Amino acid sequence: MTGTPQGDTLPLERDFEATIGHDQRIEPRDWMPDGYRRTMVRQIAQHAHSEIIGMQPEGEWITRAPSLRRKAILLAKVQDEAGHGLYLYSAAETLGADRGELTEMLIEGRQKYSSIFNYPTLSFADVGVIGWLVDGAAICNQVPLCRSSYGPYARAMIRICKEESFHQRQGFELLLTMMRGTPAQREMVQDAVNRWWWPSLMMFGPPDDASPNTERSMAWKIKRHTNDELRQRFVDITVPQAEVLGVTLPDPDLRWNAERGHHDFGPIDWSELKRVISGDGPCNAARMARRRSAHEDGAWVREAAAAHAARKTGREVAA
Amino acid sequence: MTGSSWPLYEVFVRSKRGLNHVHVGSLHAADDETALRHARDLYTRRNEGVSIWVVRSAHITASSPQEKDPFFAPSGDKVYRHPTFYAIPDDVPHM
Repeated sequence: MTGTPQGDTLPLERDFEATIGHDQRIEPRDWMPDGYRRTMVRQIAQHAHSEIIGMQPEGEWITRAPSLRRKAILLAKVQDEAGHGLYLYSAAETLGADRGELTEMLIEGRQKYSSIFNYPTLSFADVGVIGWLVDGAAICNQVPLCRSSYGPYARAMIRICKEESFHQRQGFELLLTMMRGTPAQREMVQDAVNRWWWPSLMMFGPPDDASPNTERSMAWKIKRHTNDELRQRFVDITVPQAEVLGVTLPDPDLRWNAERGHHDFGPIDWSELKRVISGDGPCNAARMARRRSAHEDGAWVREAAAAHAARKTGREVAA
Repeated sequence: MTGSSWPLYEVFVRSKRGLNHVHVGSLHAADDETALRHARDLYTRRNEGVSIWVVRSAHITASSPQEKDPFFAPSGDKVYRHPTFYAIPDDVPHM
């Protein structure tokens, strides 16, 4: 389909635009502009990689969870992240991407994942704050993606959003429990909030005036809201939640602006985001090394399963 | 060897008795049996299903999805197949 001669693509392009214009979904075998396909593959792959790398910061606490209940919850949550990664790789494959190649691109650093997972989880309160803030920000980002113009991506997002809601609630409940505990526990929660608040706001990406692809992604209905709109929504949602918890969000400029009907908040250090995205965050190297070794250490399992399948097929043919 | 050398399977789940199996996504697996197990772990972690089908993607034959495809033309011009084609007086009961 990409091989169609240039002169012939005009009616196809018109059909494509009309489908999107009518708010209908683009499905895998539809004709689509190369730019749309490339953008979708990159976005879905990056999202899938984020889910997979996202298993690491919290995974580190599975063996150290303070109770069997918390351990079971954390295991289920990390397993969900793996599942989300797989739903998304599955969606990327409908566009002709190869899953093995996507993994290679991740471990060779040729494709990115969310900058948020390059921060360390220093205490168990971080597990709660990741659920509350990081997954909360992810939900703000992802709910509109359930209406993304690419069908398989939108459908994967619907499943993911349903499951993310458990993630956020378990995080909030964990923090609420700690806030009702000892002064030391409350301090741990506040410390974790201080460390994760700004990186969470950065999850929405660069400000609109520095986000060159936003316009085209909005026109293609890949994106439904701008980065700044979603960031504002997240801040407005989170402030009253912080009050319930009894924590302080580490921003002296944060206050309600009655005129705008939104909270104002202080400037974000975009140089930090740039630094972390380009590989110089606190944990980038460790995350990549861990992912690579998991892939390489698992090679024998993949080979054994393939060998078993080949032998069984041989037996069936013989019988 | 990477996971991609395992074949791709499409997964269909019956969410409860009385409903059809519905396509939910795909996965890679070495063989049919592990495809079923992976499908269970991936697509039914929260009681989403009572029955799963997996089928190798390569075994599916599909029409082209374009709605303007002439493949679907035979049904396009036969409005008389629909009950609304027939004008019946409003006072005819049970019709």
